[in-house]
Amino acid sequence: MSCPINSKAEMAKLSPEKAEELDVYLTSLPLTDDRERNRGFLIQSLHKAQEIFTYLPSVVQIHVANRLGLHLAEVYGVISFYSYFTDKPVGRYKINICTGTACFVKGADKLVEEFQRYLGIKLGETGTDGKFSLTGLRCVGACSMAPVVMVNDRVYGNVTTKMVPEIISDCK
Amino acid sequence: MIDSPAKLKSHAENLSKNSKPATTILVSLGTCGIAAGTRPINDMLKAEIASRKADIEIVEVGCMGLCHSEPTIEVISNASGKSVIYGKVKTDQVAAIVETASKGIEAASCTVVNRSWFYPEENETATPERIQARIVLKNTGKINPEILDHYLAQKGYQALSKVLFDMTPQQVIDTVIESGLRGRGGGGFPTGKKWAFAAAQKADQKYVLCNADEGDPGAFMDRAVLEGDPHSVLEAMAITGYAIGSDTGVIYIRAEYPLAVKRLEIAIDQAKKQGLLGKNILGSKFSFDIMIKYGAGAFVCGEETALIHSVEGKRGEPTVKPPFPAIEGLWKKPTVVNNVETFANVCAIIRNGAPWFKKIGTPGSPGTKVFALAGKVKKVGLVEVPMGTTLRQIIFNVGGGIMNDRKFKAVQTGGPSGGCIKFDQLDTEIDYESLKRLGSMM
Ligand SMILES: Cc1cc2nc3c(=O)[nH]c(=O)nc-3n(C[C@H](O)[C@H](O)[C@H](O)COP(=O)(O)O)c2cc1C
Ligand code: SF4
Ligand code: FES
Repeated sequence: MSCPINSKAEMAKLSPEKAEELDVYLTSLPLTDDRERNRGFLIQSLHKAQEIFTYLPSVVQIHVANRLGLHLAEVYGVISFYSYFTDKPVGRYKINICTGTACFVKGADKLVEEFQRYLGIKLGETGTDGKFSLTGLRCVGACSMAPVVMVNDRVYGNVTTKMVPEIISDCK
Repeated sequence: MIDSPAKLKSHAENLSKNSKPATTILVSLGTCGIAAGTRPINDMLKAEIASRKADIEIVEVGCMGLCHSEPTIEVISNASGKSVIYGKVKTDQVAAIVETASKGIEAASCTVVNRSWFYPEENETATPERIQARIVLKNTGKINPEILDHYLAQKGYQALSKVLFDMTPQQVIDTVIESGLRGRGGGGFPTGKKWAFAAAQKADQKYVLCNADEGDPGAFMDRAVLEGDPHSVLEAMAITGYAIGSDTGVIYIRAEYPLAVKRLEIAIDQAKKQGLLGKNILGSKFSFDIMIKYGAGAFVCGEETALIHSVEGKRGEPTVKPPFPAIEGLWKKPTVVNNVETFANVCAIIRNGAPWFKKIGTPGSPGTKVFALAGKVKKVGLVEVPMGTTLRQIIFNVGGGIMNDRKFKAVQTGGPSGGCIKFDQLDTEIDYESLKRLGSMM
């Protein structure tokens, strides 16, 4: 059932350190021969993989599938279902604009426009230099500070279009 | 190790006897509090206290619910028990705050926020200024969620101790049924009845699943509880495990809540080290472990069958019920799924009894409900009010009315699955039934 290529070696071509880090994590999981049980670790493994590689390249997907004893199609099915996962490279700075109801009411759409204009990329895209990506996010639960923008783990509240250059210049 | 109920009691007593500094300053460090700038205030307070060698301790707490006034701090004089909350604190006010706090007086230059809540468990009652009742939010904004002793000093794990040593599983279920507690995740299903279904199943394995997906945009009450008082949810899950005969709990939490995840991980770790979770809790025969599973950004995963699929590592698609999770849930085993806020009521019910709980709220919907007030109200924030409070009271009395004193148009409750309530329905006393009649939900 597992894919015949040596997925670890292929993955190491992207980055040996990252491949090793992911493999150490997967080894630490109490995996068994029971695929159904292993499947329970799939989402957290993908979280870890995305944290390490910033996105989920296909060799990484194959490697996770191999280690958990799952089909690549099953792994891909999960990745495509959850909006948090991405199989496309993302920028070093992920600019996430909350597009939840509270933020929308308070003008998140104007922020989206301003960031798009300022960075010259559209929502869902990554700039050619790989520095910034622009995405919309589900409510981050800071609605009282709406509209909210998250840059990687940092939260900005009560954001106005005027603050856009400032937020960008914080990304050094 | 706290390996007996007696040790738990004496530990809590010792904590309360410990001599306290003259003054305690609580600093609100929830996700959004941090976004509003509480970190630099916190650092400056520490530096100022150190340079003055003031007899003041800083406690980094979770959400105080006063979003409209972040950065927020509370100064408590321990001798008199008097407290004052300052809102919209600026860095240039820090020196004055420390100076006046040392003298036990209020800082004249600061914005004082009135406390609009009371604590039913401390035998306080409502007043016209204090219509909020804090049961779920009892500890959030009061204790440091990363320090187990803070929770233990607030009767923490005493409800678990009580059920393990003084109650049978059936008595626990009966108490929760009698309390009338209903699911706060939207459906309003009686919690005790759900537990009774799962308890009646014969199975080699059962699960307790905490729904911390909080998918509705505009809602952040579960996040506030998890960030501000994580142990209260862990303790309640263990109580549920004892009631239904399960040794494994799972918390399904959204990936968008990194701080809540971190605080939960710390809390689980601490509780295990002290023998309050894990094998033979408090020296009893009961063992209960809790693991965390992460969501990945899909609204529908808040629905319980979808959530179960997601925990199993599948696409989070809902399936038709029955079978209900209490009969056939996680990995096809009997599973109780409850919402964070539902769990956060359980310990108070066990400690104080069902009759106490029933005195709060309405006969059909006892207890309180936490609402996240967001959008165009003056005082956005987290409010916890007895069931039966009207929307008018929430929006105008607690929320201070609509921004720029504009006319009220409509309010949305219950997220996308809920609906809008219009002006002429503002005096409806909210509970599960009234909201359903209006075509909305919690
Ligand atoms: C589309 C949909 C989304 C839901 N989202 C949530 C949610 O985010 N959090 C939650 O606790 N319950 C949610 N529920 C309700 C759960 O299915 C389930 O009833 C609840 O977690 C049970 O816990 P309770 O009885 O303590 O409320 C949702 C239901 C539906 C149909
Ligand atoms: S929910 Fe409101 S009170 Fe709570 S931490 Fe966030 S801003 Fe502060
Ligand atoms: S809707 Fe944006 S933080 Fe909640």
